[in-house]
Amino acid sequence: MQIRKTLVLAAAAAAVSFAPQAYAQTLTIGLGTEPTSIDPHYHNLGPNNQIAQHFFSRLIEQDHKQNLSPGLATSWKATDDTTWEFKLRKGVKFHDGSDFNADDVLFSMHRGGNHPNAKSSFGLYTKGKTFTKVDDYTVRVTTAKPYPLMPVDLSSVHIVSDQEKDKWEGEYNNGKSAHGTGPYKLVKWVKGEVLEMVRYDGYHGAKPHWKRVVIKPINSAPSRLAALLSGDVDFIDQVPTVDIARLKKNAKVELSQGVSNRIIYLHMDQYRDNPQYMKSHDGKPLTKNPMKDVRVRKAISMAISRDLIVDRVMEGVAIPAGQLLPEGFFGRSSKLMVQKYDPEGAKKLLAEAGYPNGFQATLHGPNNRYINDAKIVEAIAQMLTRIGIKTTPDTMPKSVFFKRGKNKGPAKPAEWNFQLVGWGSSTGEPSSPLRSLLGTYDKTKGWGSSNRGLHSNPVMDKILDEALATVDDTKRAALLAKATEIGVGEDQGIVPLHYQVNTWAGKKGLTFKARTDERTVAYDVVPN
Amino acid sequence: MNTIAEQVAPIAAASEVKVETPFRRFCTAFLDSKVATTALIVLGILIFMALFAPLISPTNPYDLAVVSILDSKMPPGTKSLDGVTFLLGTDGAGRDLVSAMIYGLRISLGVGVMSGIFAMAIGATVGLIAAYFGGRTENIIMRIVDIQLSFPAILVALILLAILGKGVDKITIALIIVQWAYYARTVRGSALVERNKEYIEAATCLAIGHRRILFRHLLPNCLPPLIVVGTIQTAHAISLEATLSFLGVGLPVSEPSLGLLISNGFDYMLSGKYWISFFPGIALLITIVSINLVGDQLRDVLNPRLDR
Amino acid sequence: MTVFIIRRLMQSVLVVFVMSFLVFGGVNLVGDPVEMMVSDEADQEERERVIRSMGLDKPWYVQYGLFVANAAQGDLGKSFVYGEQALGIIVQRMPATFELALAALLMAIVIGIPLGVYSGLNSESRFSKVIMAGSILGFSLPTFWVGLMFIMVFAVMLGWLPSTGRGETVELLGINVSFLTTNGLSHLILPAVNLALFKISLVIRLARAGTREIVHMDFIKFARAKGLSTQRVIMVHLMKNIMIPVVTVLGLEFGGLIAFSVVTETVFAWPGMGKLIIDSIQGLDRPVIVAYLMIIVLVFVVINLVVDVLYSILDPRVRIQDVKG
Repeated sequence: MQIRKTLVLAAAAAAVSFAPQAYAQTLTIGLGTEPTSIDPHYHNLGPNNQIAQHFFSRLIEQDHKQNLSPGLATSWKATDDTTWEFKLRKGVKFHDGSDFNADDVLFSMHRGGNHPNAKSSFGLYTKGKTFTKVDDYTVRVTTAKPYPLMPVDLSSVHIVSDQEKDKWEGEYNNGKSAHGTGPYKLVKWVKGEVLEMVRYDGYHGAKPHWKRVVIKPINSAPSRLAALLSGDVDFIDQVPTVDIARLKKNAKVELSQGVSNRIIYLHMDQYRDNPQYMKSHDGKPLTKNPMKDVRVRKAISMAISRDLIVDRVMEGVAIPAGQLLPEGFFGRSSKLMVQKYDPEGAKKLLAEAGYPNGFQATLHGPNNRYINDAKIVEAIAQMLTRIGIKTTPDTMPKSVFFKRGKNKGPAKPAEWNFQLVGWGSSTGEPSSPLRSLLGTYDKTKGWGSSNRGLHSNPVMDKILDEALATVDDTKRAALLAKATEIGVGEDQGIVPLHYQVNTWAGKKGLTFKARTDERTVAYDVVPN
Repeated sequence: MNTIAEQVAPIAAASEVKVETPFRRFCTAFLDSKVATTALIVLGILIFMALFAPLISPTNPYDLAVVSILDSKMPPGTKSLDGVTFLLGTDGAGRDLVSAMIYGLRISLGVGVMSGIFAMAIGATVGLIAAYFGGRTENIIMRIVDIQLSFPAILVALILLAILGKGVDKITIALIIVQWAYYARTVRGSALVERNKEYIEAATCLAIGHRRILFRHLLPNCLPPLIVVGTIQTAHAISLEATLSFLGVGLPVSEPSLGLLISNGFDYMLSGKYWISFFPGIALLITIVSINLVGDQLRDVLNPRLDR
Repeated sequence: MTVFIIRRLMQSVLVVFVMSFLVFGGVNLVGDPVEMMVSDEADQEERERVIRSMGLDKPWYVQYGLFVANAAQGDLGKSFVYGEQALGIIVQRMPATFELALAALLMAIVIGIPLGVYSGLNSESRFSKVIMAGSILGFSLPTFWVGLMFIMVFAVMLGWLPSTGRGETVELLGINVSFLTTNGLSHLILPAVNLALFKISLVIRLARAGTREIVHMDFIKFARAKGLSTQRVIMVHLMKNIMIPVVTVLGLEFGGLIAFSVVTETVFAWPGMGKLIIDSIQGLDRPVIVAYLMIIVLVFVVINLVVDVLYSILDPRVRIQDVKG
């Protein structure tokens, strides 16, 4: 008995402890979401981009706070309102040994915008821009109108070698001929099983610590955590919120946390006159849409205790939100505060709007898209029910939810009247959510594509238009803040709930600079 | 086969004082096993709980005015804010686990039994028709049955649900589709034996209608194997529903069956909040084991080939 | 026999065709793959481009026509998610699933037959009752729950075995296998046992029932009377006869193992076909769902055919024939 017990302990100890020597060279990561391709222009999505940035560099890099820093471009400036000039880094070599120059940039920008099979292309960032080569190490970009977001846009497109002109997929997808200038070279990728890379010694930036990085995709959260605790992997991302409190007490584990650029919020139907998922308080059809009344929208916001959601549902791992981006981001309003929990005030507003007995509504949400999404929906339904808006929570897998929750213009508005979704601003400033979530639906301008409640306010549109044509940073920041104050504040076009906080966990002695863009990057994991 | 004997026995026995009907004989044989009897009692209790869930369960886990997120993930034995004790704790949404399990049992059993009944009705009809009419009809029917049975139920259900989507109704439909063929094969097997017996021939000679022969004469004699298969299939169906819900294609979160409760609780298991997943797992296990034990004993009693 | 095989194959082609139509039509009804693919920030124009690139702008019957035309040339379409041939992606995952299923099958035979024969020979012994109780449990325990408990106990609490994933692989005859490395083997144990549990119970019951029936038959009594050792009687005469049902059922159940690996692979993050299909269903990767189904149908047709042929070899009394249509 005693012997057996000792054996068990020894085995457990062996499994949990780690050998520092082997550790110093290799990092094994348990990753929640696997990329779909190594091709950096195939799919503009977090899981792909986070892997791509190991193998490829960009003209301008985004650090863990999404601040811009020189990458393959050493400097850039606007020479006039519609022209930008980028000076390229000299002496950089691709993994296959070829030299990097302006031709590669031109090729990459073309490829990124025109990949025929891209599932989500980078055309978003290259559209409306003309790239010309001035000399081997200077690229000029011109636009028809003033375009202040130029550096941000170009910090999203990875640079590939123009030697590989004709390889759109196949070899490129599985990584066999995907050569970049990034800090790591791909060794092998077996889908669903393992992705292995080694350090590229010719990298132009800071030399990463790990010589070899092994990435194992484990998409079940408890399994991923189990893999860390049993010593299979050194580091994991997307730590489930429920485990955080316990992990904090675990001496063998070190957590890294950081707020993300993702806001979780509610869309309210502000278009239909006969909302199909809403009824009067006694179950009769409604003659008008209560959510068209700003007082009702405000009441909804006041009825929700964001602190309670953060505390109970998110286990303290989220930050209550009052606008589109958390503190520290460009173009934020200093006036907008987090709405205080005020159920009495909410009831009063509801009565003023003509609904003293409230009404019935269904709140739709996904159940496998955002952290604890289904539970947040349930919690909000509970809170709204308490002020008289009898809310039925209805959650479903994202594959079904998003199709029916999608707005396709006023002719075909989103099926749901009231829904919970999230938005991550990859550009790190509020113009993208303002344009997509609150801007009046306009297909030609590309506005309102995710404006699921079809909110519309011409005043805000005008300010946003002006902001998007203002190159001066200070002036633009002020305009963006003003637009946010109208759209989110005065109009309550959406109800912000909280900013997601992401958690990574590693073995003791490993720290990670938590990234606002939610990406897991091996070279940001460092032993301390 | 002793079916003839069974046919004759009641007539012979009727004149005696102590009536030994086949049913009574069957009961005695069944209750012979202590294990099976216990299982039957447990099953009875479970069915009772499922039927009267709203009366038995301490709270209504679906009533949002009662359920509070403030009570979520409480360990067993905690008192809620309103002073109610959570005997087995609460789940992630703040539902009392005892109530959630009783309602979950209701859904699990409901889906299993409903799908079983419908599948049995469809399968038995089709099987009877195949056996009775024979020829081309039989060939086509049995070909379809064979093809369907050559694919594992879980795969067929998985694909069906991928198309149908989530919901109690949808999973019931999927389970009916994957199960009917078992019944069809069983019924056809025993009906084939019965068909050639004199009483059917006699009935045919008397020019009694097909339907009457099928359901009044043929079907009752095919019942014993049907009951055995039905019991075991129900256990299967319950287990399959739990598995599909675990895979994320079965039931929606708003209507958690036992399987879904386990699945939801798994997220909390490694955090030491074992109860959310563990207790529903035990409940599911008890349900399936007791049905299987009853089914086993039924087979032993009803199948003369294994008569000891 | 040849006629039988040809007839079977033709019938299978029909099944594949009908299935492809139903599933293709079915998956086109659910969800919006475009919404699953595009980035949040994509504008309307970008969405339309993606719809076109995936061929979803055409009506479904045109899509199906194109699919059939391509499938006839061996092209089952490109995965929406990976942008590669769906067939290639599935074939790449096949070895992992087959390795797992074979390991489970082996366990079912090695553990199930001796226990079943023992319990058949000594049906009243205490140990035999324990075996039977165990087999009832094995039948009743839902695979996924057992898998979760395995991870909880053996990986997290005891730390004896790795929790998830496939270990190191080495190439054997051009296929990646993991059972030849210690690391790979340690990763294989839990999922294989998990998957085998149900089949072990099944084999125990079959072997037990077979043993009980055969023990009383004349040729066994005769063999004993001839003075053959008990061991020889069991090993040769008895085994030979109980193998027929066991082989048949196991052959058929191999398909079941592949199907049920969907569950085990999901629990243990085993990178096989089963996990792929679950991911594809959740990600609405229609070409992969359809291609997977076609391949599975094919695999099953082959398995059933092999079992039938094997059965006729093992038991000469069975003559293969097909129902005349």
